[in-house]
Amino acid sequence: MDVSGETAIRVAGLRMAYDGRTVLDGIGFEVGAGEVVALLGPNGAGKTTTVEIVEGFRRRDAGDVTVLGTDPEHGDDAWRARIGVVLQSWRDHRRWRVRELLGHLADSYRPYSRPGFTRPRSVDDLLARVGLTDAADQRMATLSGGQRRRFDVAVGLVGRPDLLILDEPTAGLDPAARREFHEIVHEVVDRDGTVVLLTTHDLAEAEVVADRILLLAGGHVVADGSPASVAREVAGPAEVRWSADGARHVHSTHDPVAFTRELLARGGVDDLEVVRASLEDAYLQIVRRHEADAARHDLEVTR
Amino acid sequence: MSTSAPLPWAVRLGLRRGVTEFRHMLRNPEDLGWNVLIGLAVLVYLVSQRDTVVPGSGGLTLPNLALPGILASVVLFGMAIGPAFALAAEAEDGTLLRLRTTPRGTTTYTVGVVVGQLLGALPMLAIILLPWPFLLGDPMHQGAAGWAAMVGWLLLGTLAILPLGIVGGALAGRPTRVMLFVMAPVVALAFVSGVFGPQTVPPWAEGVVQVFPLYWLAHGLRATTLPAGAESLEIGGAWHPEIAALVLLAWAVAGLVAAPLLLRRTHARQTAGALADRVQAALQRG
Repeated sequence: MDVSGETAIRVAGLRMAYDGRTVLDGIGFEVGAGEVVALLGPNGAGKTTTVEIVEGFRRRDAGDVTVLGTDPEHGDDAWRARIGVVLQSWRDHRRWRVRELLGHLADSYRPYSRPGFTRPRSVDDLLARVGLTDAADQRMATLSGGQRRRFDVAVGLVGRPDLLILDEPTAGLDPAARREFHEIVHEVVDRDGTVVLLTTHDLAEAEVVADRILLLAGGHVVADGSPASVAREVAGPAEVRWSADGARHVHSTHDPVAFTRELLARGGVDDLEVVRASLEDAYLQIVRRHEADAARHDLEVTR
Repeated sequence: MSTSAPLPWAVRLGLRRGVTEFRHMLRNPEDLGWNVLIGLAVLVYLVSQRDTVVPGSGGLTLPNLALPGILASVVLFGMAIGPAFALAAEAEDGTLLRLRTTPRGTTTYTVGVVVGQLLGALPMLAIILLPWPFLLGDPMHQGAAGWAAMVGWLLLGTLAILPLGIVGGALAGRPTRVMLFVMAPVVALAFVSGVFGPQTVPPWAEGVVQVFPLYWLAHGLRATTLPAGAESLEIGGAWHPEIAALVLLAWAVAGLVAAPLLLRRTHARQTAGALADRVQAALQRG
């Protein structure tokens, strides 16, 4: 794999505005080899805009972006062949049969094999992996929403990408299909070392799938790290509650471990409890703040 | 299938894509039924007029005088409206975006549309031409060379009109707008361009129709299929195949310059965000 040791995605000072409304206000992040990174944020936070810029489908207003060693605005076909994109498709290719269409899209990757690294993947294996073998001869128009999402995942993987980009991949999937999807992601990461960047507004999904979360709100990356460290970063202090001499006490601290150690050393403590803000609390708090800002902005515009 | 360099490979995939889309069309009852219906309606009308001799044509019947104009119309409708609808519909439903995510997918797509639409015109030509000799007599008055010339004119007409269809689809952007901006003008043009013979061009439209490719394609086809004497019905009373070829070439050059530029613009607009907005709009329309 020639992605090993290479930074797959490097973004710095990325800015984007639509009709005078700033969507990305100078964001920066990096995604390294073998990482699975989730771009998490409320609707309208600029997740889709960010991945479209990374995919080379949208021109940015300002900033530096390098994806697999190339500026996406100047990526050639060989570069494109290394990137798998999972779309949220709607109703394209309605008359095509499932295997026929996946085979057609797979064929476009053939000139981009390397010695010892065959592109594309086997279409029948992939259909089996995403559970569409029985639907292989059906027309696309007859697929259910969930089957279409699984087809989209298969299309993203068929070129054996070095970098896989997924925009809201599990929207509309039932819990079983969602878990199946998470397994597929982990499988390609383990087997091929594929780097994965996905967007989601679902915190639970980000926690399950991603090694690292980039929390996007208000045009900024407001947190960047493992799920646990993001929780600490955005959640603020933990609360330590205890009773001593029949009275209740509450203390808020950024270092509950040290505080508790000291407290216990003094003795006479009952009913000790350390409450860490959960990632979910932190996330909801940020989303609320962001939405309040957006509402205020709308009011100003209307006025 | 052995692979080759990326560009020829993408063109080859486009050829196969076009053939696949043509196969889908042949299996689609609506598409095929539409062709059969229109083709039969034209044939029934012409059979009812098989004994109508057009005055001043040197004894030609209406059907034999009309055939070149009908073939020209098949090219116009197939090559202008077909690609315009295909492009607008496939931009809207996410087909272009899907191809854009694959290497050289936009090349494959474009070749696929061109091949698919070219093949798509064949059923209508077959429905009209195959029964013709049995129902309406031999339409060719200039022998085997005339048939060869006819194929040449049909190809030149396609070259002039197909890029215009792509331009129309790219500018319209949505299928509903194709109805207004491509289909309506094309139908209006067909009405005044003398589809059933040059004698059916209204005098007030004579200047206008000579700007557009339809009249000249029909004129060129008439010049290579009809017997001497038929030219007296033409505007100006003479054959001008060289003018016909030049007008068609000029439209071809203009279209071949404009179409790739507009096609690139259309492809560049295909993003997941734009598709999500369209899905949202469609859901709200209900």
